[in-house]
Amino acid sequence: MDRRWAFPRFSLRFWPIWQRNFLVWKKLAGTSILGNLADPMFYMLGFGYGLGSLMPQVGGVSYMTFLSAGTICYSTMNSASFEVLYSGFSRMHVQKTWEAILNAPVDLDDVLLAELIWGASKSLLSGLAILIVIWILGLQQDWALSLWVIPVTLLIGLTFSAMGLVMTSISPNYEFFMYYFTLVITPMVLLCGVFYPADRMPAFLQLIASGLPLTHAINLVRPLIQGNIPSHLTGHITNMLGWTTLSYWLATVLTRRRLLS
Amino acid sequence: MSGLGVSIRGLVKHYGEHAVVRGLDLTINPGECVGLLGPNGAGKTTTLKMLLGLAQPTAGTIQIGDWTIPQRARLARTRVGIMPQIDNLDPDFTVSENLLVYGRYFGIGHKILAERIPALLELTGLSGKADSRINALSGGMKRRLTLARALINDPDLIVLDEPTTGLDPQARHVIWQGLRRLTQQGKTILITTHFMDEAERLCDRLVIMDHGIHIAEGHPRDLIARLIEPQVIEIYGESAGSWANHHALPLCERHETADETVYCYGHDHTQLLALLQNAPQLRHVQRPSNLEDVFLKLTGRELRD
Repeated sequence: MDRRWAFPRFSLRFWPIWQRNFLVWKKLAGTSILGNLADPMFYMLGFGYGLGSLMPQVGGVSYMTFLSAGTICYSTMNSASFEVLYSGFSRMHVQKTWEAILNAPVDLDDVLLAELIWGASKSLLSGLAILIVIWILGLQQDWALSLWVIPVTLLIGLTFSAMGLVMTSISPNYEFFMYYFTLVITPMVLLCGVFYPADRMPAFLQLIASGLPLTHAINLVRPLIQGNIPSHLTGHITNMLGWTTLSYWLATVLTRRRLLS
Repeated sequence: MSGLGVSIRGLVKHYGEHAVVRGLDLTINPGECVGLLGPNGAGKTTTLKMLLGLAQPTAGTIQIGDWTIPQRARLARTRVGIMPQIDNLDPDFTVSENLLVYGRYFGIGHKILAERIPALLELTGLSGKADSRINALSGGMKRRLTLARALINDPDLIVLDEPTTGLDPQARHVIWQGLRRLTQQGKTILITTHFMDEAERLCDRLVIMDHGIHIAEGHPRDLIARLIEPQVIEIYGESAGSWANHHALPLCERHETADETVYCYGHDHTQLLALLQNAPQLRHVQRPSNLEDVFLKLTGRELRD
């Protein structure tokens, strides 16, 4: 029975592993909150006020409002990526926490599901923190619509956790993650419309951006903050679920090969 | 509570071209304590990984109780306790949190854990350390906590991979006491170790493996009686080799030479001891042969890694 290529199995056994990560997080919450939440908030406020004072309006709203939606996506993406890359690698390779867990009646698929959902949980928190700042500043046009940003951040978190887990599964060391941040995350941030409208880029770059999950995340969050129901809702969700599913499957296959051969 | 038996037949594991395990047979009866001995690279840890369902065998069958491994490995692990060779305790947690979190992976409820954790800390001599951070523990305490963690599910089969490597004699004795209590409770134990005295003290039966196959098996005392001459004289000194060549070797039933030491095995060494009286340049030790002599005879004296 060769399960190496099998689609990941889902089971509630992931829950105690999620609880383990939560207990660690609770102990280190202070620094975690500072790094994950305060940093993007400072950027948003700095650029929002600084650049915003030079620009009358971007896409029909204030630059701060425009940027706030990008910041939610950017912060959520970063939070999930950092968690599954650096902390995930630490649990898998450095502390051998996964090895200890696998000696219990738990499968590797359960461990990876726990990582996926844990990464998304942390990013949900990051997105929520920015959303609260948005509410405090009154940047949202429609309060009820802005609530829909919460499930979207969870989806963004799942997508980028799954993508990050692929990198973790093949990483020999922490330095390896620099490739991912420099060659994947940073170009995505610059192409997908976090800081400026993506349609200002040359056409071929827009074409590339149209396939990237961050574009679709922003196309969901930005209208929700600006008081509109996103257009092409299904397309955006399908794109992100597609990235999530394929990445999570690949990550599971690669991690099985790494740890269970 | 009775122990779980293990049956391994024709186990083979290849990594690419390299055959790590090459047709291993191993039976462990319920309630038995079996030691798996072998030099580094003999295939012990790979065998344990396959036994636990954490590596796919290339060929062969494995059973733990009624469970077929690897297909039913996850279910089997509900009744197995594992003490790995490496330290993989959770450094962010206290001693008791480590046990609590680990118990939850087995689906054990908080009420049962609240009773079990103090008892396990008591068994492993860590009662005063429940709230200590892992970084504050000595190497010996960490190993004892790893043993306690392996027992959190009250297992019927306990698998220990080099449980006392790197420990001081005090800590080793605490671990041994714990393991003896477990065998008295009828638990099945499989232990790998490089310490022959440990194997001799704890195990009912030893299996020696090398190059991925089983090469000898038996009760420690039977292995010594069956496989090696009862007495040994170790002769040391710069000229030990040449002196032994001229004087000692004809008197030895069998000998081994390693660097400047000659090991002379036999039944009666009266004549050799008399000759050694006239060789003041050499030092010597006379002792009964032990399990280590058997092990070295079977697996050779050259380094493996």
